[in-house]
Amino acid sequence: MLSILDVSGTVRTPPEGFPLLSDEQALTSYRTMILARAADEWALSLNRQGRMPTYALNEGQEANSVGALMALRSDDWFVPAFRELGGLLMRGVTLAQYYCYWYGNEEGSRLPPDKFHMMPIAVPVGSQMVHAVGLAWAERYKGKDRVAVTFMGEGATSEGDFHEACNLAGVWKAGVIFYAQNNHWAISLPWEKQSASRTLAEKAFAYGFEGVRVDGNDIFAVYAAVKVAAERARSGGGPTLIEGLTYRLGAHTTSDDPTRYRKDEEVKRWRERDPIIRLERYLLGREILTAEDMRAIREESLAWARRSFEEVEQLDDPSFEDTYRYLYSDVPSILGEQMERRKA
Amino acid sequence: MKVLTLLEAVTDGLRTEMAADQSVVVFGQDVGVEGGVFRATAGLQRDFGESRCFDTPLQESGIVGAAIGMAVAGLKPVVEIQFTGFALSAFNQIANHAARIRNRTRGALTAPLVVRTPYGGGIRAPEHHSESTEALFGSVPGLKVVVPSTPHDAKGLLIAAIRDPDPVIFLEPARAYRAVRQQVPEESFAIQIGKAKVEAEGSELTLVSYGAQMIEARQARARLAAQGRSVELIDLRTIYPFDAETIIRSVRKTGRLLVVHEGPQSFGVASELIATVLDKAFESLLAPPCRLTGPDIIFPLPRAERFYLISADAIIAEAGKVLAYEP
Repeated sequence: MLSILDVSGTVRTPPEGFPLLSDEQALTSYRTMILARAADEWALSLNRQGRMPTYALNEGQEANSVGALMALRSDDWFVPAFRELGGLLMRGVTLAQYYCYWYGNEEGSRLPPDKFHMMPIAVPVGSQMVHAVGLAWAERYKGKDRVAVTFMGEGATSEGDFHEACNLAGVWKAGVIFYAQNNHWAISLPWEKQSASRTLAEKAFAYGFEGVRVDGNDIFAVYAAVKVAAERARSGGGPTLIEGLTYRLGAHTTSDDPTRYRKDEEVKRWRERDPIIRLERYLLGREILTAEDMRAIREESLAWARRSFEEVEQLDDPSFEDTYRYLYSDVPSILGEQMERRKA
Repeated sequence: MKVLTLLEAVTDGLRTEMAADQSVVVFGQDVGVEGGVFRATAGLQRDFGESRCFDTPLQESGIVGAAIGMAVAGLKPVVEIQFTGFALSAFNQIANHAARIRNRTRGALTAPLVVRTPYGGGIRAPEHHSESTEALFGSVPGLKVVVPSTPHDAKGLLIAAIRDPDPVIFLEPARAYRAVRQQVPEESFAIQIGKAKVEAEGSELTLVSYGAQMIEARQARARLAAQGRSVELIDLRTIYPFDAETIIRSVRKTGRLLVVHEGPQSFGVASELIATVLDKAFESLLAPPCRLTGPDIIFPLPRAERFYLISADAIIAEAGKVLAYEP
């Protein structure tokens, strides 16, 4: 398992060819992870107040998508699942827009491709991976060197589309990075019951490409692994499967109660491996930030989360017409007629 | 003009759009070297190269899913699924993503892809090779579903489907692939999706059909004409969004309607068309609108497929009842 930043906040020299995060990148990562964490905390609170519908939490997994997006160009394609808030923030999606989606408004997924180069959140588990294969193929066809990264949970690797995506990417030598967040729990099903594979990463070898397991709570390891995979993809070396070993500290969504299926001691063990705590130790040790700075960043982030949600609550709901007008390039007359009838 | 089969017209349509637009790519199982199991893509790899027309591994969901990614990135993928029964393996990608990406992103991202697949029975094929799934696709919001019945329309509708900004399921009637020959313009032309075609005018009965079933519908109309009965024959051509206007206009004139299709009866296209007519042209009706369709059974293997298919005789008999009805 690739590991660079340990729990004590000490950076070990990575294997040759694996780059380190600069101080500036480490700081940006930290700010983004803190904002994601604050956004989750506030969303959970809003949900309990009855102001936010079902919301999927990212707590404990932030380093995975933040580190990955840090390693990519802003015009590389990003194909998320639904637990990559940090990655979305890295890509320039505002927290207000993210909240807008979870608040129940499709405007939250209005993502012009020339600005974001990303797909919207994908709900049917595992179905998004193969889109990344097509995106990468298309960019190569157009003569561009853009690559694509797609995220999935370990549960998604049991879906048939995981096989289809990996198989196709292997045969096409597509410029794709499959990033599997192995957070150990697919709602109530533990990793041991999800697959008999010793690791997820080793599945890559059967498809004819590289697989690597990284400490997904180590932003340095995630960044380094994705950077290497992206260079491979960009230079025509084909796909990589990265298994980020991580842990879902919170519930699957706000509708889930994890105390029904897992032990507190296990959660406690993983809390000690929280990706944010070790990055804080690193930043303190290198005197990039003081404890005071960190407190300020946390407070600013929580305030930003509150403001972002207030902004969303002020928005108009989609109009009646909006629920019809985006299905087709032009509303067909038989649909237009249904619209008129319902309006009347 | 040149004389083509429906199958050759499909190839001609693909060739025409590939030559006109670099963003059109054609792929699927056996479509490259072999030119497709029915030869619909014959010669395209030879003429346009392996980057424009290529074989994929055996994975329908992966094929359609990759096409979605390509379409989002600005290409115009045209994929072939060998038989409509196997398109169900890709149904998640078709219904949950291709059909929804525009609405989901408020129009920011679109998936203008074409899924071509032969459909329908009467080709003495194994299981899963003879189904009519147009109602299944037609009931998915966000999809357009097109069925040509002639070589001319196959070319014009396929070109329109490729140019269409929305995902199109292009169902090719396998039984009609080589059964019909027709003059087809050599130049490029598009037929508007969503428009039915009044193939022959008449005054006593509106007969609506589409796909391979048009073969028997034409025979029935000709034989009824020989008996002195005037039947207006309409080829629906687009399942969704269907052309209600043309059918209503015709029923207002004839007062009688018979819809014939191979797909199963319950929740089928005929039911939808008849409900629309009842809604819009009830006062014009001189007889209950009628449907003659495949039964709600699994399409039989070849030894019994004759029990499923609808003959010209059966259409004539049913048309006779509708024509004879007195209020």
